[in-house]
Amino acid sequence: MKRVYLDHIAATPLHPEVLEAMRLCLAEVTGNPQSLHAEGRQALDAVEAAREEVAGLVGAQSSEIYFVSSGTEANNFAVKGLALGQQARGRHVVVSAVEHSSVLNSVKALERQGFSATLVPVDRFGRVDPADVEKALTKETVLVSVMTANSEVGTVQPVAEVAAVCRRRGVLVHTDAVAAAGSIPLDVKALGLDALSLAGDQFYGPKGSAALFVRKGVRILPLIDGGIQEGGRRGGTENVAGIVGMGRAARLARQEMEARTAALVTLRDRLLEELPGRVGHVIVTGSRTERLPHHASFCIEFVEGEAMLLSLDMKGVAVSSGSACTSKALKASHVLLAMGLDHATAQGSLVFSLIDGTSAEDVDYLLDVFPPAIGRLRGMSPLYTQYLKERGS
Amino acid sequence: MYSDKVMDHFANPRNVGVLPDADGVGQVGNPVCGDMMTFYIKVKDDRLADVKFQTFGCGAAIAVSSMVSEMAKGKTLEEAMAISNDLVAEELGGLPKNKMHCSNLGADALHEAIKNFHDKKAGRVPSAGGPADLHEHEGCACPYCDSSLEAEDKTFCRACRVEFEECPSCGGITKKGDAACIHCGKSLGNKT
Repeated sequence: MKRVYLDHIAATPLHPEVLEAMRLCLAEVTGNPQSLHAEGRQALDAVEAAREEVAGLVGAQSSEIYFVSSGTEANNFAVKGLALGQQARGRHVVVSAVEHSSVLNSVKALERQGFSATLVPVDRFGRVDPADVEKALTKETVLVSVMTANSEVGTVQPVAEVAAVCRRRGVLVHTDAVAAAGSIPLDVKALGLDALSLAGDQFYGPKGSAALFVRKGVRILPLIDGGIQEGGRRGGTENVAGIVGMGRAARLARQEMEARTAALVTLRDRLLEELPGRVGHVIVTGSRTERLPHHASFCIEFVEGEAMLLSLDMKGVAVSSGSACTSKALKASHVLLAMGLDHATAQGSLVFSLIDGTSAEDVDYLLDVFPPAIGRLRGMSPLYTQYLKERGS
Repeated sequence: MYSDKVMDHFANPRNVGVLPDADGVGQVGNPVCGDMMTFYIKVKDDRLADVKFQTFGCGAAIAVSSMVSEMAKGKTLEEAMAISNDLVAEELGGLPKNKMHCSNLGADALHEAIKNFHDKKAGRVPSAGGPADLHEHEGCACPYCDSSLEAEDKTFCRACRVEFEECPSCGGITKKGDAACIHCGKSLGNKT
């Protein structure tokens, strides 16, 4: 059966050049990057070349890039490592209400250690107001973390403005750019950031490859104690092939970003415009203007997200949902609730995230199979029956 | 994550629909919780001559409803009352642990419909309509990590070291001290 993969936010496929670079690395690189012999130096060269590429993708120096195992680890490292590193100055952190769970739960871990935290609200498009960040700052604040873009609603945050506020007040600022890096241009110097998380599997690199940028001179405590790897800030033998893959993926993203974006934006806008009309009672979630180029998200009324996800999967289309039922914790999406959507509407969350190579035919196919799939579920929904009855009377 | 049988009932649910002249109607859950099921029954000679349902919810909720309708059809009312949520899950080849609590309410909805039938017959006020609090807590799992909560102590997850309380609105297990229930979103009366 035809498969249409529209779940970029979960993982992207490997770029063929990335696969080839990794295959060569796995086949030919024997040594440990920390070993002094020729085999070790070969591994180290591969890691350092990749570090250059990743640094180049976000405008950093290569010595400011630390490789880690996932976006989640990068966020844990940033939030805990930066806050604990500055705790002599204060024990208060500020994050947005729509951060990824790896940021929110890192904040909870800090709270258990005596920190206090302020969640900054978002508007109905999921945007943070930098003025609200400023209001949340206290004399005790040592760290602000506001994501670059949200994977569930695609909204891109005013990170430069948030960073400007933080700089003025002498507070460190981190951004979780996992959903954004590789898809939109990012320059840590122009944005004025102290730390930034990114993950290779969001730009056609391998799963298990990620990095944290930490500005030179900023104190951060390690999360993983061990040897001298990553400048002593992240112990453990390097995932050499993963790092090599991420490096190649970063180079390709830098070279191809403009072309990839141009192709995807057209298809994204078509989905945002056409899909609601195909079935009715659809809300576009997130911002129309400040939005990731590959991201279209909706809440479909009267039906539940997991049931839609499974129905579309049976038709060959892979998507995500932020509904309570697809999350193992069975919790309604904190992002949609923070945007002011009610619990029932939030249950109908559906995210289409396009990948490089998604074609107009793929979108046609989706728009064809979508109405019958939703129609079938609405046909068995007591909420829809109730709605029709109320409308009729 | 789901058994083939669950997927079959999800893809081809049996007995979906509404019985306009139903002898009994039962409804459990609400859209806020994520799952809502309505069962309609026709009763003839003390047997379920017809059973139909409508469900808003995840794949498990739809499959459970379908399975209940299939199990119940043709049964005597007494036999139908003996169908338990656990039995339904077993017939489906098992359900993920975290779905046992919230989506496995089909038998409850059927039982509500049968009660509604008895009430109507006896001239009592029909019980159908309002969402019933029928969550069962036996075999309850932690809403965060999915590990089983001790039968005698459902208020604490050892793995997460999280304390829970029972939501007064929906009966679900939710984190103690939170402002709102994670299942139904209703206020727990705690100040944050």
